[in-house]
Amino acid sequence: MADDARPENRIVAALGHIGHRVVDGLLRLGFATRFFLMLLLQSGQSFRRLHLTIREIYFSGFQSLLIILVSGLFIGMVLGMQGYETLQRYGSAEALGVLVALSLVRELGPVVAALLFASRAGSSITAEIGLMKATEQLTAMDMMAVNPIARVVAPRFWGGVISMPLLAALFSAAGILGGYLIGVVFIGVDEGAFWSQMQASVDFRYDIWSGIVKSFVFGIAVSLIAVFEGYDALPTAEGVSASIKGTVVKSALAILALDFVLTSFMFREA
Amino acid sequence: MSAENLVEISSLDFAYEDRPILDGISLQIPRGKVVAIMGGSGCGKTTLLRLIGGQLKPSRGEIRVDGQSVPQLDDEELYALRRRMGMLFQFGALFTDISVYDNVAYQMREHTDLPEELIRDMVLMKLNAVGLRGAHGLMPAELSGGMARRVALARAIALDPMLIMYDEPFAGLDPISLGIIGQLIRRLNDALGATTIMVTHDIQESLLIVDYIYFMSDGKVIALGTPDEIRASRHPFVHQFVHAEADGPVPFHYPAAPLAQELLARHAHGG
Repeated sequence: MADDARPENRIVAALGHIGHRVVDGLLRLGFATRFFLMLLLQSGQSFRRLHLTIREIYFSGFQSLLIILVSGLFIGMVLGMQGYETLQRYGSAEALGVLVALSLVRELGPVVAALLFASRAGSSITAEIGLMKATEQLTAMDMMAVNPIARVVAPRFWGGVISMPLLAALFSAAGILGGYLIGVVFIGVDEGAFWSQMQASVDFRYDIWSGIVKSFVFGIAVSLIAVFEGYDALPTAEGVSASIKGTVVKSALAILALDFVLTSFMFREA
Repeated sequence: MSAENLVEISSLDFAYEDRPILDGISLQIPRGKVVAIMGGSGCGKTTLLRLIGGQLKPSRGEIRVDGQSVPQLDDEELYALRRRMGMLFQFGALFTDISVYDNVAYQMREHTDLPEELIRDMVLMKLNAVGLRGAHGLMPAELSGGMARRVALARAIALDPMLIMYDEPFAGLDPISLGIIGQLIRRLNDALGATTIMVTHDIQESLLIVDYIYFMSDGKVIALGTPDEIRASRHPFVHQFVHAEADGPVPFHYPAAPLAQELLARHAHGG
């Protein structure tokens, strides 16, 4: 006990601890990479037996619709109010449609939809796979000569990847509707200007396409984190709960970091 | 390898990282027989089943199932072999998101192209064999522990395996369910012409139904024989086990410093 109290020993212990954390992190990253490659190799079944993937699109995509649409609508309404408040100071309230549409399509749609998707669908995918592991269902499947990565993990991954851009698009659509409700119906911005300026200023290849690319990348990140955390969970109650927390936290960080990187590439010239 | 034995294991070692689990195990499982592997909790019995099923690889030694060396099979060959094995997990490991019927039909749908009507007949026959045809519409959460175990048994025999492995089939069952499972293990083995390996610590139930018993302790086989030989055994460990004595070669206490010393140490700290 006296040894622990000496400062140099404490420093050595702290360094050792940091080293352990780094090595553990690297090992896990390596394992995650191998897992991802395995997942891609085992993805054939997800498309040959399409009903497996469609089922997951239903669970993670369709069942997230309500929260996505409602959130989109509210965010659009807030954008409508805030945008009008600022724009009318400069006498350009007609540009409200452009502001709402660009904010949603370029940024808020993909990012907020992905954050919602991670907490609604990602966490439940992690919980499901983690509990299947804890109750030996994955081992049982493997013993029945059914590969759990092909049968359980890959369809959930692809279900998430396919759902994400669709959800982001619907989120943006609901948001634009919200902006219209506040801006045009309640505040009285000219309807023709609202839509025509939006049509004139939102470029398909530049704005909409970059939003789709973003949401596709977020879909891959969130789905991969969700299935990996579940598959790698310790098979106990605490292990599964830690993995669910891991999915939500890591997905959020990954989405925001990737958004920064993608935005800086996409809108460099602007 | 003799054709009489379905499973042959010779001088098998296994360790989790640097913690040795199995140490030079050799055993033979003859075709058509029900063989129990017994021993206290944590002696490596379940590990042995995982090694036979190819889910773990041994550090040393050989495992042959139906003439094939399991550790040397590639993924495809291993899956081909596993299609001819059935395994019952300790707590059933039923798929909780699908019904009893779909659980039993699972492997038939994954591995065969049989039409749904034929699968239906087969599933109902398997469920009938374990007495649960009437429960085919229930979800796993609606079953009692004993029923879940029987459904898992029906699922394990879905494709008429040549080898059925049971991991603690009696754990946590009431006396009636326990007797039912015991009888089913024996009857299904004989009806399917299969071979059964049963890992358990339930000696009294096992002695009634098995043909042969291996006793394991500390990763080694320490005794073997037919039920009659085991009952008559003078081996101190087997004697303690068969007669359920609290103390013997297997100590009651987990290794620790003497109690007096530990109590006094605490006083010294407090003072």
